[in-house]
Amino acid sequence: MLSWRGLQWRLLTGVAAALFFALLVLPIVALLVRVPLGTLVARLGEPLVLQALRLSLETSLAAAAIVVSLGTPVAWLLATREFRGKRVLEALVDLPMVLPPTVAGVGLLLAFGRTGLAGRGLSAFGITIPFTTTAVVLAEAFIAAPFFVGAAAAGFREVERRYLDAAATLRASPATVFFRVMLPLALPSVLAGATMSWARALGEFGATITFAGNLPGVTQTMPLAVYVALQTDVEAAIALSVLLVVLSFTVLLVVRALPLAPATLLRAGREPR
Amino acid sequence: MPGIQRRGWASYLALAAILLGAEPNPAFAQQPTDVTVFAAASLKDAFAAVGDALGQRRPALAVHFNFAGSQQLAFQLDQGARADVFASADQRWMQTVRNSGLIVGTPSVFARNRLVVITPAANPGRVDRLQDLRRHGLKLVLAAEAVPAGKYSREALGRLAGGPGFGADYLTQVLRNVVSQEENVKAVVTKVQLGEADAGMVYVSDVTPAVRRGVRVIEIPDEYNVVATYPIAVLRSAAEPAAARAFMEFVLSPDGQVLLARHGLLPAEAQAVAPSGPKR
Repeated sequence: MLSWRGLQWRLLTGVAAALFFALLVLPIVALLVRVPLGTLVARLGEPLVLQALRLSLETSLAAAAIVVSLGTPVAWLLATREFRGKRVLEALVDLPMVLPPTVAGVGLLLAFGRTGLAGRGLSAFGITIPFTTTAVVLAEAFIAAPFFVGAAAAGFREVERRYLDAAATLRASPATVFFRVMLPLALPSVLAGATMSWARALGEFGATITFAGNLPGVTQTMPLAVYVALQTDVEAAIALSVLLVVLSFTVLLVVRALPLAPATLLRAGREPR
Repeated sequence: MPGIQRRGWASYLALAAILLGAEPNPAFAQQPTDVTVFAAASLKDAFAAVGDALGQRRPALAVHFNFAGSQQLAFQLDQGARADVFASADQRWMQTVRNSGLIVGTPSVFARNRLVVITPAANPGRVDRLQDLRRHGLKLVLAAEAVPAGKYSREALGRLAGGPGFGADYLTQVLRNVVSQEENVKAVVTKVQLGEADAGMVYVSDVTPAVRRGVRVIEIPDEYNVVATYPIAVLRSAAEPAAARAFMEFVLSPDGQVLLARHGLLPAEAQAVAPSGPKR
């Protein structure tokens, strides 16, 4: 029987959920309905938009590639080893997720700028990073890294110890254990992490504009183009925004379609390759 | 389990209390009248001083500022941001706001400004003359075209292109060296101050004593320079129009003008050269 309290509770949670989704969905809907579809498509074909789109795709994919190749060992370390200061390291890895991206941008400037800690050495070799596409990739990788490392480490932690031990007793080298057992078993999480970090890189704004500046075709990614267009050409800004919303939402749907529980595959009787 | 349900209630109440509590309650505010001024980024130091001086004179006024590129402020106002006064770095964005019916009366010009070229003190790009700005591979940072300083910068470069020893392709070549289009003029200053850009174009008033320590200044001759005009107006959304007018009148008053001049801005009227005696 549904008690009075039970009814109250349902009502309350219902209202809260409705308000929550209103906050979340209204801005998205507002973006989608503001400009007619035909105009939208036409605006998306403009060179400035295409340029920003291309730059965004290139830089975010490069950033995701960096994050995956450098982040995988870190995720493996955090998932399998215990050591002093591990908590600190974990917090450090998560830091870019909560740091204001502008702060990240200032930090990147002070590190990799011409007069920065590392940048000074680089510029001795004639390498300057700020205001280049490389700077965009670095900024995006910095911000997106935790999204990958967190997910991949969680995936590695899920892999049952006995499979790794079994492989080791069969005299598999550590590299073989990792690539033939650990990685395949954790692959869904690793892929989900990679996709999430790519999506985050795609949306990066604050660190990019601070560290890499804003120049069409070189450093002006889609989020920067939206920001700039907003002040001069609202319709173009909306067209770009809609494109970003659709892209990001698709990415998130794809991540959810990935089979996220690899262990169940094993339990169903399949052996790891 | 009623205990759990009660806890559920309590947390919602707590949440609601937090959400509602975040709104300041005007009933308690027998405090100073707030004046919110949306002002061009280039006015930052000058207006901060103006706000302090006015606050001392009229403790009943609490002046708050929102500094950003004029184009951004105009956009925010257009989108319904509430403020009392708008001070733009050019007529274009004041006109935009005016066309949207957001201001009261006619705007008054309260200051003017000139452009200069700045380089880091170490001068990594070896920029010694304005002609050097065209040198291939130089890293030049300008404000974006929508930003008043950005528009003025391109105008000045265009005028220089007509000058002797510059050449007609001066503008194209200089613009090819632009590595970033910043969203307000202060961001240009920062990029030069940090030594990341070889040169940047900013207002003379942006070279504050603090900035001067880290940069070198190259003047642009008056005949090629662009004079930036700063209009100010009271906004229709002003909660206390009288307080908003008080701020605007102070900016236009001889005392206000002296403060602005002290921060490198030129007086509103072309004839009034001496900062102590602008006619207003």
